[in-house]
Amino acid sequence: MKKLALILVLLCWGFLAFAAADFPRLGDPNSPASTHLSPYFIEKAYEDTATPNIVTAVLADYRSYDTMFETTVVFAAGVACFLLLRFYHFSEPPSHLYRHKPSGTVIQVPRGYRLKGEHTELEPIDRDWAPKDPIVEVASRILIPFIQIFALYVVVHGHHSPGGGFQGGVILGASLVLLAISRDLRTAQATLGESKNSILSALGVLIYVGVGAVTLALGSNFLDYAALAGLMGVDQVIARNLGILFVEVGVAVAVMATMFLIYRNVASAGALDEGL
Amino acid sequence: MVVELDMVILTLVMICAVGAIWVKDLLGAAILFGAYSFMLCLLWAIMGAVDVAFTEASVGAGVSTVFMVAAVFRTSRRTKD
Repeated sequence: MKKLALILVLLCWGFLAFAAADFPRLGDPNSPASTHLSPYFIEKAYEDTATPNIVTAVLADYRSYDTMFETTVVFAAGVACFLLLRFYHFSEPPSHLYRHKPSGTVIQVPRGYRLKGEHTELEPIDRDWAPKDPIVEVASRILIPFIQIFALYVVVHGHHSPGGGFQGGVILGASLVLLAISRDLRTAQATLGESKNSILSALGVLIYVGVGAVTLALGSNFLDYAALAGLMGVDQVIARNLGILFVEVGVAVAVMATMFLIYRNVASAGALDEGL
Repeated sequence: MVVELDMVILTLVMICAVGAIWVKDLLGAAILFGAYSFMLCLLWAIMGAVDVAFTEASVGAGVSTVFMVAAVFRTSRRTKD
């Protein structure tokens, strides 16, 4: 079976190498892409959308259907992870562990027993816990705000520099994942609860599709942002520029929430109590 | 475009790709896969596709490596069969 798989892979690789010989060379001025498509975008993108970064203009304006369905794919991946992994278990774990914050002592409470009353000095910790590490915690606490501000910058500055909704959303999601790794999943849960997280992940897609629906309602084509000009009182070029920003924000929200949704489900095997 | 640099990175991409399949340890494979993504990111940057490089760095080398490590964390050391 292994040999058969190897032969199949090698065969596919051979076909790929054979077909790749027909590709135009990198940067060939006579290739179809360089003679037909690229000149149009290079010449018209700034005139049409006032967006210096042509990649953003192509992704979010000329080819915004693609980006819309890409966002939907990310959302679908999050939903698939949720449906496959998430379960609600009511069986209690063998024991609960608590750390006494001032002294660092760990207390084990066996199944069936509970701590009585309020204990502000005790915090619940994971079963396969690691000793508290102040260096990691403090370093992450300092880093996370900067990561998030950089992510917001990437989202809103996508018109002028590399980046945009997708990258910014991933970085925002990564900052939440860093919080969950450096502390524990409970801390991250307190920051962004599961229901809020799920709603955000759907809301992002809704913002994107909503912009399209508004343009449709204004009597134009789906996702033709020029139709927003009358609604916002700006000319058509600026309307397309702002339309790109709206959908980028939608993408960022959807991707951020979905990344964290996938992480929390995978890391805790669907129980959302403790992990990594 | 510097051809030598291109060749070095392409070689590293191939080493990481074969290594990620060949290594028995799942955590090692996940980390090699992250290194593979990062090398690809460098390749995109060399080719001038900065947006793609940015996406590859954040998604491929960053978040997907974390997902894989999180998934490996939920596996057992030895297979049951």
